[in-house]
Amino acid sequence: MFWDQKIETLDRNELERLQLQRLQDTVRRVAEHVPFYREKFAGLHLKAEDIRSLTDVRRLPFTGSADLRANYPVGLLAVSYDATLRLHTSSGTTGKPKALFFSRADVDNAAGLCARSFVMTGITPQDVFQNMMTYGMFTGALVAHYGAEKIGCLVIPAGPGNSERQLMLMQDFRTTFIHLTPSYALYLATFLEKHGINPRRDLSLRKAFVGAEPYTEETRRKIEDGLGVDVYNSYGLSEMNGPGIAFECEHKCGMHLWEDHFIIEIINPQTGEPVPEGETGELVLTTLCREAMPLLRYRTRDITSVITEPCPCGRTHRRLNRITGRSDDMIIVRGVNVYPQQIERVLMAQPGIGRNYLITLDGLDDMTVKVELGEAGFDGQVEHLVKFRNLLAEKLRAEILIRPQVEFLPPGSLPISEGKAKRVVDNRKL
Amino acid sequence: MSDVKLVAVFAENLPGQVARFTGILANANVNIRWVAVSSTGPFGVMKCLVSEPSMAYQALKHEGFVAKLVDALAVEVPDKPGGLHAVADCLAQHKLNLDNASGFIVNNRAIMVLEVSDPVLAANILRRKGYHVLSQEELGL
Repeated sequence: MFWDQKIETLDRNELERLQLQRLQDTVRRVAEHVPFYREKFAGLHLKAEDIRSLTDVRRLPFTGSADLRANYPVGLLAVSYDATLRLHTSSGTTGKPKALFFSRADVDNAAGLCARSFVMTGITPQDVFQNMMTYGMFTGALVAHYGAEKIGCLVIPAGPGNSERQLMLMQDFRTTFIHLTPSYALYLATFLEKHGINPRRDLSLRKAFVGAEPYTEETRRKIEDGLGVDVYNSYGLSEMNGPGIAFECEHKCGMHLWEDHFIIEIINPQTGEPVPEGETGELVLTTLCREAMPLLRYRTRDITSVITEPCPCGRTHRRLNRITGRSDDMIIVRGVNVYPQQIERVLMAQPGIGRNYLITLDGLDDMTVKVELGEAGFDGQVEHLVKFRNLLAEKLRAEILIRPQVEFLPPGSLPISEGKAKRVVDNRKL
Repeated sequence: MSDVKLVAVFAENLPGQVARFTGILANANVNIRWVAVSSTGPFGVMKCLVSEPSMAYQALKHEGFVAKLVDALAVEVPDKPGGLHAVADCLAQHKLNLDNASGFIVNNRAIMVLEVSDPVLAANILRRKGYHVLSQEELGL
């Protein structure tokens, strides 16, 4: 199913022609209206008319999250303050937030991309949408909310948490699809199980759009089993509208990134140079339709690769592979680069333990992975627990190349996250 | 089916864990015949032999413990030198591995609690040898 079949299946040549035209327009506008970019261009002896082909995008300067903070609050606006319609801030964790402005057209475009993203999995106006993302300054909830309304779905702005109420709403209003973080999805699955709810039998849920945190295929399967839904991997970031940037179609095999609105680059995060086609690196995005706050070559810090083969769904917009990590999340332990997602992959594939976990770093460089022991992992023998712990430590070592301590905790003892999960606690005194 | 079931729970090795465990059993009105705590560093396992194992199991689970019912044997052993040896030797001859063993005295009778690789087979062998293998009902007394 298509929301905008013409643009979603546009011939690649035409799509690239459209991209170039929009890129040139964006570059002209920022050169004229945004002092930050004007100065950057001057430093590179670059003029707007130098951008003659899509590969010229590489001549443009990068924009980083530090630039957004440095130009807080209104330094990157390309329209007058009056012409802005909505402010979001990034869900950043430290220091000043990033201020992100939307014009009326930006709000509409962001909703339109979400509508495309929902409809390509088969969502129709008859569907009922319970939005479990955090409302407020975070783009995650509002942008998806507008997208579902654009389709004509009934939207329940539930927000995250308060699982008793979520369940009541899902039952009373026959919710058919939800949008939430993977950590809350796992929590909700456990909650339903504990309350004797069999979602396939007792609920009308069919689909879950899961995003805002990276997660693994094993986690997808756990959520699909636990909530009785199809899970669609969903990618977005507040700097680029929020959700709806790259979502999966019904084939659930990579996320179509809407290339009429963004230019994709994958670079080596150390050198800034493009990686060969299909290889893994940091995703860099340039907005093509943003009015209020266009961003050139924004360093997303997300690690992924592009699937160039055509998708059986017929869309010509290329797909991103699952985000395997954030270059920001990477931790260095005993000189080894470790992504929390690698640890998650091992834990989610392991029967006998719960779905929640915490990685702590203490002392000089000691890593402990805390997991909750499940009933299936316990046979009453302390020796078998020791064996199980060693097995898990060994599986983790095979994945991350260092051997962490593994600690078993009783179920429910790790902090429950109902929003974005904090998986790493770093107490090291280095 | 094995004759008796132990109730085992996983617990962190922290002050107050045993008290929490025994408190739950007391509230459930379950009488503890025998208890064993084995710990290894940060965690351990508490096991008990009780009058009502399934009730104890449900109560512990309800309070958030990871619990398990473990098959075991309770066998009455003559209170004299070589008494336990005879039992151990009998199991060894049948290649039955003894995972855990400990004992207690009730009404002047010495009872051994045994966790073996095949409790049903072990019970049959011991009964044939003339030992008194206790049933769950006898432990409830």
